[in-house]
Amino acid sequence: MAKYLLIDFGSTFTKLCAVDTEAEDIIETASYFTTVDSDISIGYHKALKKLFEKAKKEIIFDQVIACSSAAGGLKMAAIGLVEELTVEAAKRVCLGAGAKVDLVFSHHINQSEIKQIFDKKIDIILLAGGSDGGNSECVLYNALLLGKAGIKIPIIFAGNKSAQDEILEIFETYGINGFICDNVMPKINILNIDSAREKIREIFLKQIIEAKGIKKIESEIDEVVLPTPKAVLDAAKLLSEGYLNEEGFGEIVVLDIGGATTDMYSICTATRRSDVLIHGLEEPFAKRTVEGDLGMRYSAPGIIKSLSEQEIKFINMEKHLDIEKEVEKRYANVMSLPENPHDEFIDQFLAEMCAYRSMHRHCGRIEEVFTPMGLVYNQIGKDLTDIKYVIGTGGVIINSKNVEKILNRTTNILNKAGELRPVNPEFMVDEKYIMAAMGLLSKKEPLIALKILKKYIQKIRGNDDGLKE
Amino acid sequence: MIHVYKSAYKNKENTLKTIVIGVIGADVHAVGNKIIEYTLHNVGYNIINIGVLSSQEDFINAAIETNADLVLVSSLYGHGEIDCRGMREKCVESGIGNIFLYVGGNIVVGKQDFVLVKKTFMDMGFNRVYPPGTPIDNALADLREDLGE
Repeated sequence: MAKYLLIDFGSTFTKLCAVDTEAEDIIETASYFTTVDSDISIGYHKALKKLFEKAKKEIIFDQVIACSSAAGGLKMAAIGLVEELTVEAAKRVCLGAGAKVDLVFSHHINQSEIKQIFDKKIDIILLAGGSDGGNSECVLYNALLLGKAGIKIPIIFAGNKSAQDEILEIFETYGINGFICDNVMPKINILNIDSAREKIREIFLKQIIEAKGIKKIESEIDEVVLPTPKAVLDAAKLLSEGYLNEEGFGEIVVLDIGGATTDMYSICTATRRSDVLIHGLEEPFAKRTVEGDLGMRYSAPGIIKSLSEQEIKFINMEKHLDIEKEVEKRYANVMSLPENPHDEFIDQFLAEMCAYRSMHRHCGRIEEVFTPMGLVYNQIGKDLTDIKYVIGTGGVIINSKNVEKILNRTTNILNKAGELRPVNPEFMVDEKYIMAAMGLLSKKEPLIALKILKKYIQKIRGNDDGLKE
Repeated sequence: MIHVYKSAYKNKENTLKTIVIGVIGADVHAVGNKIIEYTLHNVGYNIINIGVLSSQEDFINAAIETNADLVLVSSLYGHGEIDCRGMREKCVESGIGNIFLYVGGNIVVGKQDFVLVKKTFMDMGFNRVYPPGTPIDNALADLREDLGE
């Protein structure tokens, strides 16, 4: 039994969570601004001091482990052949590994795309293309182009296995920091995540952390084990599935609205119905999508961009505000926190938009097809209609006075035919902001992490507002 | 100049020929589709079966990723002409313009003169067109001729 300190170096906040595994409980949590630009340990020490003050004692930790999404997180480029197939598979692998997919390229890449890889300061490239035994010309062309461009960042090859030997040759010839993995799509529509995802994690630990300024603090912490989104995904999976005799929650959706992105996680099978035909690439059981254009601060302008001029006017009229101005204000000062009811109202409104839009992109679609054999259901993506719980996390949700209204936006409030959103879920909130920390703890003590998750992730109390029917 | 690896193609000659099969359009006839898969697999082709309710794009995407030699389209419900129109053009756009396209089944409504039907589909860019009731075994000779041994 031991005392753990779990750290999440976020893009804005460094969040600490102290756990006593003997008591199977959290001792205390604290946070402070992340200071990655100067020296990441300043913010860490300030947060630690706060933690000790709150706990009214100094705690000696047996283990200190951290996850990180500081300095822009893990930025990846996903390259594949056909958009709906290997490109999508590569993208899902990156997202499942907790990365931010900043660039997505298909078919033969070109010089302007290579330039973007340099400009966007990509950390790792995932190069896929071709099913096993299928097309290898395209990946070889792309590998060669990357080699000639003098790319020094790690490149993971996870494409057609028949091209492996020649890829290795290219890696050697051009001195590429290259790695070989199993194909992300070995057969048409079959997704194979594990090998490439594990490789991404390995590279993240060995090479990326150093570049992100987290190395400076390594003498004080034992290890940085995961990118933060991966920790949240692991926590969600644990909470859903349970561990040993400790039961989980079953099928869940987790919504994390942050300053720069909105992350959506669903832990469930693609469908439980036997009367539908599923089309397209296989869906992962634990699926994460990230909306880089939906967020409360850095990405607030993205919310407006997705609206038409008429919609903006309607909102302004309806709510008596200037939504464009409000968004500009938040974008200009990303550290700002709501100071008055008006600010809170706007944040609440933006969060509701993020929740609605991100679910729109995450959930699957179903359509009725009339055939001479009768009515047939054709499904693309994941069916979330049976989801039992929708769990909210992230600053704006935790601090909102009406969380239920935000989370309710993940259901089919506009009655869009065909969108497979959760139908009648219960809403819960990660009040203490511990999901990432418990994802970390689950690497060491899964049972205790699960017990703590179940204890602190609470159903929203009261305030039903008659939202459900 | 980018040096393109020729061996990717060279190896191809020694390996199995790849055929993408499936049922096009709002058509859910799965039995014949399975028989085709079984038969062609047994004679030694690498079969990629994308199943029923498949769009033109599904066929073409699968053919690109698997570097397929031939696409065999089935249609049993009479709307084949509508479903297949423009497929060759899309192949050309997608960079696989020279791929063999076969089609078979009840590809048009009712009992039309098959000579005319065949011409329609040939004009649409299909290499081989099979009338209703053709056993897949009858197409084997054509496959051998087009793909080589």
